[in-house]
Amino acid sequence: MSEQSFDPQTAPYLDSGDVVEVQRGPEPGGIGGAYRAFGETLRGLKTTMSRLIEGPLTIQYPEEKTPVYPRFRGRHKLHRFEDTGLEKCVGCSLCAAACPADCIRVVAAENIPGERVSSGERYAAVYEINLSRCIFCGYCEIACPFDAITMGHDYEMADYKRTDLIFTKEMLLAEPIERTPLKSEGEGVEDR
Amino acid sequence: MTHLVFADTQFAESIWIMIAKSIVIFAVIFGILPVLTVVERKLIGRFQHRYGPNRVGPFGLLQPLADVGKLISKESFRPENAISTLFILGPLLPVLSGVLALAIIPWGDTKNGVGFYGIDVPIGILYFFAVGSIAFYGLLLGGWSSGSKYSLLGAMRSAAQLISYEVSMGLALLGVIMMSGSLSLVDVVRAQGDVWYIGPQIVGFLIFMLAGFAELVQGFMTEYGGMRFGSFLLVEYMEILVVSGIAAAMFLGGWMGPGPGWLDPIWMLIKMLALVFVFIWVRATLPRLRYDQLMTLGWKVLLPLATLNVLVTAVLVVVT
Repeated sequence: MSEQSFDPQTAPYLDSGDVVEVQRGPEPGGIGGAYRAFGETLRGLKTTMSRLIEGPLTIQYPEEKTPVYPRFRGRHKLHRFEDTGLEKCVGCSLCAAACPADCIRVVAAENIPGERVSSGERYAAVYEINLSRCIFCGYCEIACPFDAITMGHDYEMADYKRTDLIFTKEMLLAEPIERTPLKSEGEGVEDR
Repeated sequence: MTHLVFADTQFAESIWIMIAKSIVIFAVIFGILPVLTVVERKLIGRFQHRYGPNRVGPFGLLQPLADVGKLISKESFRPENAISTLFILGPLLPVLSGVLALAIIPWGDTKNGVGFYGIDVPIGILYFFAVGSIAFYGLLLGGWSSGSKYSLLGAMRSAAQLISYEVSMGLALLGVIMMSGSLSLVDVVRAQGDVWYIGPQIVGFLIFMLAGFAELVQGFMTEYGGMRFGSFLLVEYMEILVVSGIAAAMFLGGWMGPGPGWLDPIWMLIKMLALVFVFIWVRATLPRLRYDQLMTLGWKVLLPLATLNVLVTAVLVVVT
C-alpha cells in the first residue's frame, strides 16, 4: 500500500465536490509581468481619482454629528406627567435593583399631601445615576413600571471630574439640550 | 541637426537684474512650498475620502505655520554619540542643493535682454544632476553622523536607491537632449515650439517620472527632530517641485502656451503644478516598493528601457 503512488485523477476526494481549485494569477516578472503591473497601476490611479471625484465622506464631528437611531441608548432622562407636572418616579428602586453596574441610587420619601412631588404614595427624594459606572444597558428603563426613566439620545458626556458625572435628579429631570440629531425615517437602513 | 547648440555664453545681464531675479524666484518658490505641503495633505485626504487638514485658518491654509511653529519650538535634540558638525550639516546640504537646482528652471524666454530664468548654463541638465547629487551627501552624512545604526541603514538605502534611479533619469533625459541638440534647458524649451517632447519621448517621460516617484522611507531622519527634521521635509517638497520643473521644461514645452508673453511664467508654473499633482496622485495610489523590488525596478526595468529609448532616439535622430 505504501508503494502506491499518488494519482490526482483517482484520488477519492476529487469527486466529493469539496475541493476548490485554487485560482492563481500569472507568474510575476518578465515583459508580461511589467505590462500587467503597468495596467494595474493605471487601475489604481483610476480608483484613487474616483475617490477624489466622489468627495469626502467623513463627518466633521464637533460641527456635524452622526445621527442616532430612535432606540439609541444614551444619557438617561427622568420624566414628569405632562398635565400635572408631577414626577413619574415613585421611588420604588426597581431600577436600582435591575442595574447590573449598580450605579443608581434612590432614596425614597413619603409624599406629603398638599405638596406632592410624584403621583404615587412615595417619591424619590434622592435619585442619582453615576454615569462613570453606567454601561448603558437600558435595564433600568425596562424595570421601571411607570416609564419614569428612559434612555435619551445624548452621548456627549465627557467631563473633567468624576464627581461631575454623578447626575442628580434635577439634572436628569431637566429638559436636555437636544444635541444629537436623530436619523430620519429609513435613513441608514441601507448601510446595514 | 549636426551641430550642438550651446547657451549663449556671451549673454550677460547687469548684476542688479540677477539679484532681483534670484529674489523673485526664491520668494515665489518659498511661497509655494508651504502651500504645497497643505495641498499635498489635503489631496491625499481627498484621495482617501477624507478632508485633510481644515482646522487651522481658512481651509487649513495656516497649517504649515502651525507645523513650523511646533517644529521650531521643539528641542534641537542631538544623540550623545552623534558627530555634531556633520549632524548639523546633514539637513543643510539638501537645502543648498534644492535651492541651487531652482536656478536653471526656465520660466520664460529672454526678453529685452532679460532672461526669465535664474541662469542659463550651457551644461543645463548636467548642472541639475551635479547639484541634485549634493543632496545625497546630506542624506548620507545625516544618517551616518547620527550615531545610530538604523539611521545609517536608512541612509544607505536612500543613497543606493537615489543613485540607481539617477542613472535611469539621466538616460531618460538623454533622448530629449539628442532631439533638441542642446543641454541648455532654455534651448530645449525653444526647440519644442512645434512638438512637445512628451509625444516623441513618452518613454523617456514615463521613466523620468517613475524615477522621480521613487519614494523614500526617510530612515536617515530617525534621530532628527525639530527644525532640522523640518528642513529635511522641506527639501522633499522642494525636490518634487524641482523635478516637476525639469520635467515640465524637458517634456511639456516649458513656458510655451497661448496668450501674451508675460503669461509665460504662469504657464510654466501651471505645468509644474500639474506634474506635482500627478506626483501626489501616484503617491496616494501606490504603496512603497520593498527595497529589493525597488532595486529590481531601477536596474532591471528602468535602466534597460532608458538605454533602449536612447538607442532608438539616436537612430531616429540620425535617420531623419
